[in-house]
Amino acid sequence: MEYSKLFYVLAAILFILGLKKLSHPKTARGGNTMASIGMFIAIVTTLLASNNLDFTLIIAGIVIGGLIGGVFAAKIEMTQMPQMVAIFNGFGGAASALVAGADFIRNIDKLQTGVFINGLSPTFYLVVVILSIFVGTLTFTGSFIAFGKLQGFISGQPIVFPGQQIFNAIFAFSMVTITAYLVMGGNDLVNFFYAIVFLSALMGITLTIPIGGADMPVVISLLNSYSGVAAAATGFVLMNNGLIISGALVGASGLILTNIMCKGMNRSLTNVIFGAVGLKQESSGDGEAKQITVKSYSTEEAAMIFDAADKVIVVPGYGLAVAQAQHAIREVAEFLESKGKKVLYAIHPVAGRMPGHMNVLLAEANIPYEQLKDLDEINPEFEDCDVALVLGANDVVNPAARHDKSSPIYGMPILDVDKSRTVIINKRTMNTGFAGIQNELFGFDNSIMVFGDAKEMLQQLLKDLKEL
Amino acid sequence: MDINILTVFILAIFVGIEIISKVPPTLHTPLMSGSNAISGIAIVGAIIATRLDGGMGTWLGLIAVIFATVNVIGGFMVTDRMLKMFKRK
Repeated sequence: MEYSKLFYVLAAILFILGLKKLSHPKTARGGNTMASIGMFIAIVTTLLASNNLDFTLIIAGIVIGGLIGGVFAAKIEMTQMPQMVAIFNGFGGAASALVAGADFIRNIDKLQTGVFINGLSPTFYLVVVILSIFVGTLTFTGSFIAFGKLQGFISGQPIVFPGQQIFNAIFAFSMVTITAYLVMGGNDLVNFFYAIVFLSALMGITLTIPIGGADMPVVISLLNSYSGVAAAATGFVLMNNGLIISGALVGASGLILTNIMCKGMNRSLTNVIFGAVGLKQESSGDGEAKQITVKSYSTEEAAMIFDAADKVIVVPGYGLAVAQAQHAIREVAEFLESKGKKVLYAIHPVAGRMPGHMNVLLAEANIPYEQLKDLDEINPEFEDCDVALVLGANDVVNPAARHDKSSPIYGMPILDVDKSRTVIINKRTMNTGFAGIQNELFGFDNSIMVFGDAKEMLQQLLKDLKEL
Repeated sequence: MDINILTVFILAIFVGIEIISKVPPTLHTPLMSGSNAISGIAIVGAIIATRLDGGMGTWLGLIAVIFATVNVIGGFMVTDRMLKMFKRK
């Protein structure tokens, strides 16, 4: 028994306990510290227990990687968190694939003689190496596409081309064929190894480009899960329990989040990946047929409605993040609270571009987390709410989800803002939401539009409120 | 041997599902970035992969060390930065 294995177990225990502490905001920070100590133990153990290491290379690698990661982590704006997580996912996936690749290259000669490698039969070894390289590389390229879409380098619209699904099917089939061929003792391992890397990279791209901006919460969660699966697969390659356990934890975490996001949109994972919702041609017709008349108010008129209200529920959406309006809304809310009004925040599971995106933004603006309510908690609250203030959210408050079977968002759980006495909707323009459908809520009798950039509108609103 | 390690893997998935289901939606972003940092555990494999044999494996190992460190350091740091902001009234 090697003692180093005990330390990997200790690291895994710290990861598990750390994640467990994430179940409450009070203990979460300590949990993260705990997990990072676990990582430190795992790294030191590896450095001490392995033979024949090149410390110069390792230190150089850690310094370079640490600097890049550290600078990113310190500088990034909270609104850009989805991009950041996307790109980190990519690096994690790539690292796993590279490790598996390095091990594979070293063992090519052995593979052809049929001896056991790292204690694994050649068949099992080949399968886990290919799995690790496939998932890791796909995570890498997929994450970069997701990053590009979130950062605006690539269009947030779904990018589709004829026969896309057929291409994907061909790629997948080729992967399976190559794997089967190699497992059955095929030759020319090196070239097929490159073919696998190439195919995986391509699939990461073709599977991510057709997915639109608002479906990003699903994609990021899924890529998160993949980065865990890749790490676990690499753990099998090296027969390292530390990697296997950690990878399984991350894989499970991403899977749970993916599931929550899909439920939040009432769509299956298959539909998100292959459905390409948000395509213009899909949504025309019905939406344009119904002309909606809206009432547009100035911030001054809106201020008077707020003045008469006792209970206000704020509904933030991606528009709030784009406008960086989190501090402005906190100032408005504080003013309203100082007048004895109750202010709550309604957070839809898929609001923003990643799970929990809105919560982080509002936390940054010092809004206490007790005021942030999720869908099930907040919906009964709209019944006796005087003003629901919708900030840059659209599809998550569209009543069509309840009754319009032809709508792409039909069946999606929505925030019942229309139940409140008045709904004040802030949008920059009358453009449709991501799903490309007109929102009938805007035309309701109790709905009022206040157009403008969320941040500027809120600042003006605060001024007007103070002048009342 | 293959079975033992599969057992570990499957049990870990169950543990993961059990603890992560309890994370509230408010903390989903830190959960993602934190678990992301944990997937940087590939750094363990990356360090082993840099062992000197002058081949391509060593260089792949070096790139892997860089990538995994970005993931680990960046992931834990940014998660801490976020969690610091979550305050009560």
